[in-house]
Amino acid sequence: MNFETTIGLEVHIELKTNSKIFSPSPVAYGADPNANTNVIDWGYPGVLPTTNKGVVADGIIAALALHATVEQHTHFDRKNYFYPDNPKAYQITQSDKPIGHDGWVEVDVDGVKKKIGISEMHIEEDAGKNTHERDYSYVDLNRQGTPLIEIVSKPDIASPAEAYAYLEALRQRIQFTGISDVKMEEGSMRVDVNISVRPVGQEKFGTKTELKNLNSFNYVQRGLEYEEKRQQQVLMSGGAVQQETRRFDEKTGETILMRVKAGADDYRYFPEPDLPALNISDDWIKELGDAMPEMPTKRRERYVNDLGLTDYDAMVITQTKEMSDFFDATVALKADPKMAANYLQGDVNAYLNDNHVDLQATKLTPANLAGMINLISDGTISSKMAKKVFKAITNGEEPKAFVEKHGLVQLSDPAKLQPIIDDVLQANPQSIEDFNNGKKRAVGFLVGQIMKQTHGQANPQVVNKLLMAALQQ
Amino acid sequence: MANRINRDQVQHVAGLAKLEFTDAQLDAFTPQLDDIIGLFETLSEVDTDGVEATSSVSDQLNVMREDVADDWGQSHALLKNAPDAARGFIKVPAIIDESEDN
Repeated sequence: MNFETTIGLEVHIELKTNSKIFSPSPVAYGADPNANTNVIDWGYPGVLPTTNKGVVADGIIAALALHATVEQHTHFDRKNYFYPDNPKAYQITQSDKPIGHDGWVEVDVDGVKKKIGISEMHIEEDAGKNTHERDYSYVDLNRQGTPLIEIVSKPDIASPAEAYAYLEALRQRIQFTGISDVKMEEGSMRVDVNISVRPVGQEKFGTKTELKNLNSFNYVQRGLEYEEKRQQQVLMSGGAVQQETRRFDEKTGETILMRVKAGADDYRYFPEPDLPALNISDDWIKELGDAMPEMPTKRRERYVNDLGLTDYDAMVITQTKEMSDFFDATVALKADPKMAANYLQGDVNAYLNDNHVDLQATKLTPANLAGMINLISDGTISSKMAKKVFKAITNGEEPKAFVEKHGLVQLSDPAKLQPIIDDVLQANPQSIEDFNNGKKRAVGFLVGQIMKQTHGQANPQVVNKLLMAALQQ
Repeated sequence: MANRINRDQVQHVAGLAKLEFTDAQLDAFTPQLDDIIGLFETLSEVDTDGVEATSSVSDQLNVMREDVADDWGQSHALLKNAPDAARGFIKVPAIIDESEDN
């Protein structure tokens, strides 16, 4: 039996606003439990929420970044459920008229490009956080009211690899807008997935299962791969897939049954009476759209077509807006694009990983990176010397000043190198003889001697040229 | 009695509101709720053809505040008002169902 797979993803993105969506409490991390809360966050009787304009703006920006239509007559709805991290016993969200609908992102899986649809995206408030101990649970409402955007995919995703690519495309585009850090490891991006399989040709979708505990894109893909296979086996053995929620086990790579879903949830949505509806003007949409930075797909096209980078280089450079901006600024200072890309992918990324920092938190600047690259390009320093210079620019030092201070100048002047080469040749007649007898290794030895004489500052290319000329005389 | 709502539905709605009723209460509340729905049905006598649905009866629109943080300094008082608290957290009976939602 051949099967086809249908995957749906619900992605929650935490917005980087200053204040909460319906109260002016600060949105900040690492605060003492419940420190960033007020009577509105606790859902006290008689309080009145007010919509944060910044959250609506972010919702519009996200819609534009994901090619969605902005719903200009939008409002909030109330979703009712009881849970200790939800003090009002309802969540203010959007159901009826979400702020964006019918968007898409383009993914590339093994060279095949595909558009994946987004059915809707809505702005809503996050809930608090529970910590469980043996006899009691502990509630921290700091996160209550933190603004979220939920992005719901259309049932276009046909494989776990496509799900991964969709998440990566989504993460990048949102990251470039600057409205969220979109980091799964920090909880600013959370992913819920559902998956079903059906025999090819069957019109009706198969019964879907939901997966929880997916803490990285990699786990999303692996969890889906396991679940895809499991459902196929259930169907092939004549069984039926149950509608259930399963947990992904990171150690075994398997999914484990958490609970069977009995009936649809009954949230009794209704329009939020405490918040007036919103009419989003064309002018506001235009203003926000005009201020949006160039998106990663556009930048990649530019890098490949105009600057001659490879697809892979362009992909790595556009992982974050900060990296891409840094690259653009470095190239604007006349640094060779290919070298700038190599340094960002190699030494810079290694430095960021070793020190667990983001690029913007370092002392590296485009001016200093460009300065260093230009010193290599014009032959002032060798790429070996550049290792020392790179270390210096990570400490914020100016490359030219550093090179001068430490005498790291490459010796490229033939008039200065020739006498040194002559001396070395005179001192090593055996090597000349070896060379004349066809022993090419003798050249390496002689270059080593010349480097020694110049304390490693001789330009290897110039030395090679002069030495070969002298030997072949 | 018109059959606008039945006993099972009343029980379901009570469950959603975390209320438990005895059989006698269910018997009493079912016709009462039925009457209440009947009262609202009066509204359907109004001809609303061609009238767009509204989400609000307020004539206010676009009431928004700027994204500026303001700490009202209420967390201490709020915690004091909680049924139980420990280490700055609200202390509640152990939660078994992990169905966190958002």
